[in-house]
Amino acid sequence: MKYLRLWQAGLLVAVFVVWHLLTTPGLLPNFMFENDRQAAFFFGEPVKIFGRIWTWFVVNADIYQHLWVTLLETALAFAIGTLLGLGFGLWLALSPMAGAIADPYIKALNSMPRVILAPIFAVWFGLGVASKVALGVTLVFFIVFFNVYQGVKEVSPVVLASARMLGASQRQLLRHVYLPSATSWVFSSLHTSVGLAFVGAVVGEYLGSSRGVGYLILQAEGAFDINTVMAGILVLTAFALALDAGVGRIERRLMRWQPAAGETEKI
Amino acid sequence: MTATSFDAPPSSSALSLAGVTCTFADKADPSRRYTAVRDVTLAVGAGEFVSVVGPTGCGKSTLLNVAAGLLAPSSGTVAVFGTPLAGINRRAGYMFQTESLMPWRTALQNVAAGLEFRGSAGADEQAQEWLKRVGLGAFADRYPHQLSGGMRKRVSLAQTLVLDPDIILMDEPFSALDVQTRQLMENEVLAIWAEKKKAVLFITHDLDEAIAMSDRVVCLSAGPASHPIGEFAIDLARPRDVAEVRATPRFVELHQAIWSVLREEVLAGYRQQLAA
Repeated sequence: MKYLRLWQAGLLVAVFVVWHLLTTPGLLPNFMFENDRQAAFFFGEPVKIFGRIWTWFVVNADIYQHLWVTLLETALAFAIGTLLGLGFGLWLALSPMAGAIADPYIKALNSMPRVILAPIFAVWFGLGVASKVALGVTLVFFIVFFNVYQGVKEVSPVVLASARMLGASQRQLLRHVYLPSATSWVFSSLHTSVGLAFVGAVVGEYLGSSRGVGYLILQAEGAFDINTVMAGILVLTAFALALDAGVGRIERRLMRWQPAAGETEKI
Repeated sequence: MTATSFDAPPSSSALSLAGVTCTFADKADPSRRYTAVRDVTLAVGAGEFVSVVGPTGCGKSTLLNVAAGLLAPSSGTVAVFGTPLAGINRRAGYMFQTESLMPWRTALQNVAAGLEFRGSAGADEQAQEWLKRVGLGAFADRYPHQLSGGMRKRVSLAQTLVLDPDIILMDEPFSALDVQTRQLMENEVLAIWAEKKKAVLFITHDLDEAIAMSDRVVCLSAGPASHPIGEFAIDLARPRDVAEVRATPRFVELHQAIWSVLREEVLAGYRQQLAA
């Protein structure tokens, strides 16, 4: 598809233009609201939103500390959640007894709406970074856990037998067979787990914090400043996209051994 | 060239199975049992190339897994160079029927894996040498999915042989290959075997392949509870070319003799599969 990016960019511009036309007071006759300021009050005005973003990034340059905090929370939640999921996943998958005992608890914890834990974490860990990380970990953990569990269960019995015949000890089997197989499943869920770590961080901030992009949105909402709320949402979206692109890059590097369909190259 | 009697395996055997029976119980319903092999006595001398042929589903792979120590027999014993086998057979290398390479390792890393597990020094150099020997010197950094089926088999071969095992177990290693590639691989294996003179236990359903490669061919009966029903010494001159040897009168003679024993079993196995 030629000009794909152009079309995509065009669509984005069109959305903002329509948004601008519909919300700017006095531009179009009212057809929904009685007062021509109400549309702007409810939906914000793109020009002001971009002005807000400009102020954040360039004029005041005060959003970086908030972005940094959100990024830190996301990264910590992702790292800790992944390590815990990997550890527990390997353990429960490789020891059938422990797996059988833990099974109903894992299922129960996974089906519990984790967001409800945020107030508890705030009480336990305070309003700083730790409580957001804890919330993110509870989200990431289960994604990674189930993928690792699956990865271990799906190890080819022939590859396993082959490694044993080649003289692999239990430890070496773990390191050279189970772990690579499990990590391939973890990487296949990388996008989801990074996304959820991000959700955990932002939701945590939104529910109570003193820094972070979620905090900015919370503050603005308290003042009915819809433009700042929208600006925060746009920044978060762009941030999430950048994060996702980064993950895609890492994934391609690490999963070089996996077959991809159609690898021929036109000369 | 009649079927020889099954004497107790001599103590000089590289590998000897004595009275091996394998019964599998259904996990869901333990009262349903399946006996794959019953009372199998089989010996492979040091440096001897023995093939086991039999109809499909006769428990050939089960026997090999027992010899490898991957599967403990329900009864009977396995001895490796006179020592009873417990756990994995450390002196054996195993070439599997299906894909056994680790997909996350390159060809070189796969070949080096065994040496790495054993903590040998210079694993990469030795692995590279073996890759060259099986004609894949230029493909060291490829992942298995980037290699053809025949190439992957070569990597498996190098992976098994780089450890210099005293016993080589092969489970229909070339059954998935096309005829040409297969004959090339068979000749390669014979050449390597002639040089190193290892004990080989070769499982196949292809009688031609068995005769062309072996010193001795053992026929198994149809399953369940299969057992050896005939044993034939193959007195064809070596070195052999697997393609050319098939045209010799002696080969045809041997083939007829073994097939006359095997045919009934193949038909029986087929009938059972139809009835099931």
